[in-house]
Amino acid sequence: MHQTFDAALEINLLHANQTGADHNRKHFDRWGITCLNIMSSPGAGKTVLLEQTLKVLKDKFKIAVIEGDMTTELDADRLRKYDVPVIPINTGRSCHLDSKMVAGGIHTLEHQYNPHDFDLVLVENVGNLVCPAEFEVGEHAKVALLSVTEGEDKPLKYPVMFQEADCLLITKTDLAPYLDIDLDCIADNVRQMNPNITIIYLSAKTGAGLSQWFDWIEKILQQNPVKHLSTQV
Amino acid sequence: MHETDMTKALIITVKDWYRSQIPQPKINKIHLIVGQFTCVEPLSLKFAFEVQTRNTFLEGVELAIQDIPLIAFCHTCQQEYKPNIGLQYSCPDCKSPMDDIRSGRELKIDRIEYSTLEEQVVKQT
Repeated sequence: MHQTFDAALEINLLHANQTGADHNRKHFDRWGITCLNIMSSPGAGKTVLLEQTLKVLKDKFKIAVIEGDMTTELDADRLRKYDVPVIPINTGRSCHLDSKMVAGGIHTLEHQYNPHDFDLVLVENVGNLVCPAEFEVGEHAKVALLSVTEGEDKPLKYPVMFQEADCLLITKTDLAPYLDIDLDCIADNVRQMNPNITIIYLSAKTGAGLSQWFDWIEKILQQNPVKHLSTQV
Repeated sequence: MHETDMTKALIITVKDWYRSQIPQPKINKIHLIVGQFTCVEPLSLKFAFEVQTRNTFLEGVELAIQDIPLIAFCHTCQQEYKPNIGLQYSCPDCKSPMDDIRSGRELKIDRIEYSTLEEQVVKQT
């Protein structure tokens, strides 16, 4: 004779990932590192943004890149030119980074470098507007990119990423004059679900808006209470 | 297809629970709660679950998914509203931004239905 029962579990499906992310963040905190998770659809300009960022900020802060969005070594080589550690992560065919993959990158940082030397770790996520939003990796802030060629409606269609982001970079603004796009409408659509987000318009090609992006990074570095002794150098 | 990863997480959690049971019961149904303001598509999750549990102790187990609507609270109007996902998230009355989500972000294993022989019953805590 059988009896049926219920066992209440009430466990979050992403519990394991979240635990891993918290663990990663503890490592970063211990070393005084601020970590940014950089996300966008493929081709929105994450790598070129990193190039421009490293070019200007590498002399001011000690930066490492954890590179998840890498189909070839070409991307990593582009970034290594700036003489910063670029740690590639083998994502396989995964559509997002998870905390376990980033833990692998942290492990490399810990064993091949002196992690206490670093101020900033930039994690370039896999190009995808959907999944990365659900998988925290241990970051202190999330940065989303949306290029002007993608259309005003994308934040409405893929809301979770834009709702979670702390900073939105509207990229490729140099192309805006050639498109039927309303830049204010992009910002309005994002603020509908995320009123406190910082929105910066920029073009990595012309350099417009980049200084605001660098200012935002510096602000985040200063807000992160565990630092910032080394930045005073 | 991040539902594949979600399913892996689901199976690991259920397996942990299953192994902690003495004697090991027969699992009949797993109840999930999935909010509409997540990146998870219930049909993809069901498909991934069916594929990934083939030839395992979970083969044939039903996955019941409770869809939870996105509900936000407008502090200006002092009322709840249901944002129109894909079209509009701000308050339909006063257009204030959605800044207080009351439901729709859930992604959890709610409970497991299982059966066991009567003489083997072990009380759940």
